[in-house]
Amino acid sequence: MSKYYLSYLEELESEAIFVLREVWAQFQNPVILFSGGKDSIVVTHLAKKAFYPSKIPFALMHVDTGHNFPETIAFRDKLINELGVQLIVGSVQDSIDQGRVAEEKGKSATRNALQITTLLDAIEEHKIDCAIGGGRRDEEKARAKERFFSHRDDFGQWDPKNQRPELWNLFNGKYFEGEHFRVFPISNWTEMDVWNYILQEQIEIPSLYLAHEREVVWRNHSWIPNSEFLTLDPREKIVTKKIRFRTLGDITITGGIESEADTLEKIVQEVSAMRQTERGNRSDDKRSENAMEDRKKMGYF
Amino acid sequence: MEIERNELLRFSTAGSVDDGKSTLIGRLLYDSKSIFEDQLEAIENTSRKRGHEGVDLALFTDGLRDEREQGITIDVAYRYFTTPKRKFIIADTPGHVQYTRNMVTGASTANAAIILIDARHGVIEQTKRHAFIASLLHIPHVIVCVNKMDLVDFSESIFNKIVDEFQEFVAKLLIQDFRFIPISALLGDNVVNRSENMPWYQDAPLLHTLETMHISSDYNKVDARFPVQTVLRPQREGFIDFRGYAGRIASGFYRVGDKVSVLPSGFSSKIKSITGPNGKLEEAFAPMSVAIELEDDIDVSRGDMIVRSNNVPESSQDVEVMLCWLNNRPAQPRAKYTLMHTSNEQKAMIKEVMYKYDINTMERITDDVQLKMNDISKVKIRTTKPLLIDAYKDNRFTGSLILIDDQTNETVAAGMVI
Repeated sequence: MSKYYLSYLEELESEAIFVLREVWAQFQNPVILFSGGKDSIVVTHLAKKAFYPSKIPFALMHVDTGHNFPETIAFRDKLINELGVQLIVGSVQDSIDQGRVAEEKGKSATRNALQITTLLDAIEEHKIDCAIGGGRRDEEKARAKERFFSHRDDFGQWDPKNQRPELWNLFNGKYFEGEHFRVFPISNWTEMDVWNYILQEQIEIPSLYLAHEREVVWRNHSWIPNSEFLTLDPREKIVTKKIRFRTLGDITITGGIESEADTLEKIVQEVSAMRQTERGNRSDDKRSENAMEDRKKMGYF
Repeated sequence: MEIERNELLRFSTAGSVDDGKSTLIGRLLYDSKSIFEDQLEAIENTSRKRGHEGVDLALFTDGLRDEREQGITIDVAYRYFTTPKRKFIIADTPGHVQYTRNMVTGASTANAAIILIDARHGVIEQTKRHAFIASLLHIPHVIVCVNKMDLVDFSESIFNKIVDEFQEFVAKLLIQDFRFIPISALLGDNVVNRSENMPWYQDAPLLHTLETMHISSDYNKVDARFPVQTVLRPQREGFIDFRGYAGRIASGFYRVGDKVSVLPSGFSSKIKSITGPNGKLEEAFAPMSVAIELEDDIDVSRGDMIVRSNNVPESSQDVEVMLCWLNNRPAQPRAKYTLMHTSNEQKAMIKEVMYKYDINTMERITDDVQLKMNDISKVKIRTTKPLLIDAYKDNRFTGSLILIDDQTNETVAAGMVI
């Protein structure tokens, strides 16, 4: 085979860089939605490459539920400092305090759905016309139909049946006042691709992804970390386990798996042998068969 | 740990539910071990709830709520799987006549297309439509899977008859490479594993075909085309004089020192440096995303194209294109649209509809020239400034364009330069 071909990772990288540059060229005020999870870290890394030797020309926006892993926040602040970019924080606590949303009640209450209002408020307040996300099509069935350039109406809603056709590499980012776009540069990546890329590029990630000892409780088929936000059932017991997280969301709903993988190499090996999807440990997706589709239509990430 | 340098192959599948398309995709994913346990469990539950016997692999491709309720595919869905040889992206497109727009969308980036034929029914109108779209979109490789061979006793003569019928039809089309595989998606024959029921079929099963098909020459390597997306001017220490033209190489090669021209201005210069995702490069090729610096300080901006001075695209304000209409709002006579072509954008008008295709018979219709959703037609377009174009058959990226309706901002048409 000739040397004039790209490996699949190089091709995915090139595609993502193309999409990020297209965002910069087509929008007035784009931001990267940064959650501190591996996907948004990879998107940020790709943005660094897309504009090198210039700095990333967008701000990073974090929707802060208040239910964070402290490690995520520390990681975020360090990265912002290194990149020299602006950080915009949308706070769910502020939305609650202002009476924009009401906290869910009961043991399985989360702030997951509450983020939608905070996100849309922040987009409006900062006049953001494009929010770049780390969503991937392999994550969930509703995401399999998502476009690279995904249009949101002036209520921030996604209309899956009326999406703009996307052909070749021609991306239509035109919108009317009040509307915005969500753009997903790593749409075509799988979980495995993301890990292989992190390994290849030696990208720094929060320590939560690596196996570590932690106090946890067994709930919904995964190990939920102990935290000040956790309400225990009398039958539930806190134990210490060596675990790691496959995805990072709120500390209240992100379940860990038992693992010995404490290096990137071991994670890649572990992920390639996995028989469960990564979102299998996210209780936000387990609420119903349409959980993701419904949240996306409302304006979720 | 070594990360494999495998290639990426994108293919589209066209066919209706009845052809077993979903079952085929489910089978590919299942047999290549790309379905996870929790996904399988969910499918098992649903299969039981609906009273299916065994696991209905087709359910794996179910997407949106409406699709599950109606049991049809509405929109293109993308699926992923990896084997030790390649990574695959499937654009799973609905096969119904009203979904031509989705088939065109899915086919636009595909290296290969799988067309499914039900062995009991042979070549039907829908098959012809799928083949026509594959040829129109210049998909380099077409694989015709004759499915449900188990329902025709794995008969070689039935398979051969379908192959003959198909070949007679496609003789009129422009498909560079097509092949035929008899399969049973339901039972798995010739999908991942070789069929024991069809010893008369000597060639490779589907997955092996997809894994080994030669695709690195699908990119045009002759004509160097670099549409400029944006200009990088870092204005920071160490890079004060850096002025990089960022873009993705559409075709061909670029080397440091190459004599190039910037279009449309026509100024020429030499390549001073090429920066790729991992730093400086001596040469770069399609489809790499790079930043190019030129020796001379000339005015270059988004929409311009850097090409080799001795090989330039055609520059014209009048283009003839094959146009697929993608929107519910029909084309308005003499209406102006925004035209996007590479990184260039300008106003355009459909000057003349020369004819429309009846996509089932491939006959030309000349007495009805209103362009409606899913219509495929040959038109003349006039733009306000010249476009830098190649024929679509030579270059998918400099030969393709879309039209945007300024009143709705929707993408209403996709065009291929003739």
